[in-house]
Amino acid sequence: MSSRRESTQHSIGDPQRNGSRDGESGLSTIGRPMRKVDGLAKSTGRARYTDDIRFPGMLHGKILRSPHPHARIVAIDTSRAEALEGVHAAVTGRDMPVTYGIIPWTPDEYPLCVDRVRYVGDGVAAVAAVDEDTAIAALDLIDVTYEELPAYLDPHEAIAADSGPYIHEPRKPGWNGNITKTVKLEFGDVDAGLEDAHIMVEGDYFFEGTTHTPIEPHCAIGLAEGNGRLTVWSATQVPHYLHRELARVLDVDPASVRVIQPPVGGAFGGKSEPFDLEFCVARLSMMTGRPVKILYTREEVFYSHRGRHPFHMRYRTGADREGMLTAVDSEIVMDGGAYASFGLVTTYYSGQLLTAPYQMPAYRFNSTRAYTNKPACGPKRGHGSVQPRFAFEVQLDRIAEKLSIDPIELRRRNFIGADTRTVNDLRVTSNGFLECLDEVERASGWKHKHRRLPFGRGVGVAGSTYITGTNYPVYPNDMPQSGIQLQVDRSGRVAVFSGASEIGQGVDSMVAYIVAEELGVPLAHVRVLAGDTDFTPVDLGAYSSRVTFMLGNACIDAARKLKAQVQEAVAAEWGARPGEVLLAGGLAVRAGDTATSMPLRVAFNLAEAMYGTLGSTGSYNTPKDVHGTYRGATIGASPAYSFTAHVAEVEVDVETGFVTVEKIWIAHDCGRALNPVLVAGQMEGSAYMGFAEALMEEQIFKTADQGRAGLHNAPSLLDYRIPTSLDTPALESLIVESIDPEGPYGAKEAGEGPLHPSIPAIANAIHDAVGVRMDSLPFSPPRVWRALRAVEDGRGDRVAGLRAAGVGGAT
Amino acid sequence: MEVVRLRVNGDERVCGVPAHYTLLEALRYGLGLTGSKQGCDKGDCGACTVIVDGRAILSCITPVWEAEGRDVRTVEGLANGTELHPVQDEFDLNGAAQCGFCTPGILCSSVALLDRNPSPSRGEIRAALSGNLCRCTGYEKIYDAVEAAAARLDP
Ligand code: FES
Ligand code: FES
Repeated sequence: MSSRRESTQHSIGDPQRNGSRDGESGLSTIGRPMRKVDGLAKSTGRARYTDDIRFPGMLHGKILRSPHPHARIVAIDTSRAEALEGVHAAVTGRDMPVTYGIIPWTPDEYPLCVDRVRYVGDGVAAVAAVDEDTAIAALDLIDVTYEELPAYLDPHEAIAADSGPYIHEPRKPGWNGNITKTVKLEFGDVDAGLEDAHIMVEGDYFFEGTTHTPIEPHCAIGLAEGNGRLTVWSATQVPHYLHRELARVLDVDPASVRVIQPPVGGAFGGKSEPFDLEFCVARLSMMTGRPVKILYTREEVFYSHRGRHPFHMRYRTGADREGMLTAVDSEIVMDGGAYASFGLVTTYYSGQLLTAPYQMPAYRFNSTRAYTNKPACGPKRGHGSVQPRFAFEVQLDRIAEKLSIDPIELRRRNFIGADTRTVNDLRVTSNGFLECLDEVERASGWKHKHRRLPFGRGVGVAGSTYITGTNYPVYPNDMPQSGIQLQVDRSGRVAVFSGASEIGQGVDSMVAYIVAEELGVPLAHVRVLAGDTDFTPVDLGAYSSRVTFMLGNACIDAARKLKAQVQEAVAAEWGARPGEVLLAGGLAVRAGDTATSMPLRVAFNLAEAMYGTLGSTGSYNTPKDVHGTYRGATIGASPAYSFTAHVAEVEVDVETGFVTVEKIWIAHDCGRALNPVLVAGQMEGSAYMGFAEALMEEQIFKTADQGRAGLHNAPSLLDYRIPTSLDTPALESLIVESIDPEGPYGAKEAGEGPLHPSIPAIANAIHDAVGVRMDSLPFSPPRVWRALRAVEDGRGDRVAGLRAAGVGGAT
Repeated sequence: MEVVRLRVNGDERVCGVPAHYTLLEALRYGLGLTGSKQGCDKGDCGACTVIVDGRAILSCITPVWEAEGRDVRTVEGLANGTELHPVQDEFDLNGAAQCGFCTPGILCSSVALLDRNPSPSRGEIRAALSGNLCRCTGYEKIYDAVEAAAARLDP
């Protein structure tokens, strides 16, 4: 048995996986299925996530949370808790009375509430004790007196309020403190476009909120040392922003603060801003001089949230006889929860990101984000644009139906093209959307299925676009968005110091592939040290699908600088020109004379002798001419956009309303797949998550009538239903490569774009199957059942008749 | 504190634990075997799956006392010395672990499956992993990895 295993054992660097130089692309590592640098650690249990780290003398912290959705804190007394044997410290909001917020213009939360709680679950105090049991017991001994305030659970009611107490103090007298942000923008003449349209489709849509649900709960450890140094280990996606906020809020010199980000067990946007536990472990450690750990319970993960906003949307879409869009108009009310989080950006994204891949002559959006007394919403995979995309792609399907145009053909006709500007002046470069449509049409057998499957079965299509990184950091500065540092030793090993956050997407591997590609070193000789603010250059974080593009370019920059030094040194040795020195396959080789070569180790030694200790830095910053000049034009701007199309095939049980998604075909233009296995993994994971939102997930809260206002409906992984293997449809990835002119080797994002079309593709497939238009998420059996009955009863006003239209929508 | 004796990955271990400890807590906090993960602590996610007497079980809802006298295998005990179990190797080759947090549990469920059914169908793999939530992959690459491992074990 053991010899059989050995005979098929692959290892990093074996020819079967490393292959030879790819003749077409000229690349040897990039574009190939390669192992991940952390693959072995993850499959042997040796990867150490934050909660796997323990220190001698470590204390355990717990946070006391508000039982009320909205209340004043009248008094708070921790003395009984502090007197409990084993309790070492307690903190309240008054110990850290500095507001913070991931967006510097909307700092509206405290590490712990100071005088007001704004949702059930808002943190009010924290303790550190010898063990978790003692910490939990101590929470019961903290005395808090609340004075309850009226709570807003509905965003429309919050917006309609005309007097206080509002959820936040109005920023100006007379303003409504229940509103985070309103954005109204218009491009072109929308009213004329709708007026002149041959048909105008109008619809109301509701997207229910959902949450990220990483399998790893948030966890942080603080360690304050006597010399004023403070280290925080955290399961975060944004070590750099956390570094800044810890220093600011706790009033510590930033040079004394170190943030270490161990491997993160899933994030999806849910760990992309500071959380109460990070401030609390730091502060409790500063008070006790002991390391302090806090691990959220699964309930706390649900309450900390920052997930997908519920959106109430109204769309009006005009088209001419040929199905060409004439104008698009939207009004959106967003339910933001208790704090701003990224909400300012979300409000812009809700409109800004809809303007591709289709040409829109005129476009208007009017979006308002309301505060409500529920956990704050924030960025979840496909931030701010998944909800409008659902509504808009259903609108397109309705236009196609009304004009009897094939829905894929309708999308082709409206294609915006490559190297162009959108109606809101976003610069689009590479664009492989047409190939995406071709791929899903072919692979799904669309032509034989759409409107041709038996009643109860159907297919639907949808398309989308997404940013490859946001063009500007959350705090204004001119420094690079991503930096990288390389260092070479005398054994031929290359170390990469990367500030980027490995959250499962494979960024640590990506930089190793680039170094191997550029310097010709075997992957096994590349080491990656990442996510430690004391030792790695700044990368802004794993959000907005920015990392491959930005860090990848920084890494190429650094590697090529180093390569030039090595070429120079070897050329001097051979009496050749530097350009004649090729680095590949672990060797330096003379072009046109492969007999002349030396091991890379020797080449590196020559370069070290010539230049001194070998190393280089590289960085990337965005181009600044990729957007318009109107107020808000920078939000939604990106150096490149990815494009996606999905076809979903569903079966609907008309008796029960149960929808089964049989398969989703996912075609995604990622520019270039640096590692196709990892890209396909992002595409499948995205489509899975979209499918989950379409059919199963609801982050919802009870009203007063349902028991207790603001209580999470189902804060567990049993009741908040995320798909198991048995629920998840078959997923087929179809990678499209448009080779972006500015991406690293042409690459763009793949981690968020491929989520978007799942939901509208499923909605459109349900229509193809049974003739009902699903306009509210999720498409759960009761909702689908009611929609089916409404059509049967002739109450479905927006819907083509079910049986009357002939089964399966076939007309 | 109570003293509990466990046989874990072939080693006889003794550790002191509070009486209410689960097997997961004893493994992670008592023995320092942090490979098994805690995703929910209430039997919903499968991240804590280990193999006890050949069966995949949820260690977060198993009182540590129930594991006494039994054979416990965790992710740390799947490899044979430095030689990986094929399913561990195939996870890497197939991109079956993204964040990797579900991975130890899924590996244990997979090994328990392959030990009793060396050539499972894709449907059988799907069923055997239905108690392990993965939030990253959409499961396809995990099935690929288990299938590839089965082919190596039982060609
Ligand atoms: S931690 Fe055991 S099932 Fe989730
Ligand atoms: S790989 Fe992240 S949860 Fe499965």
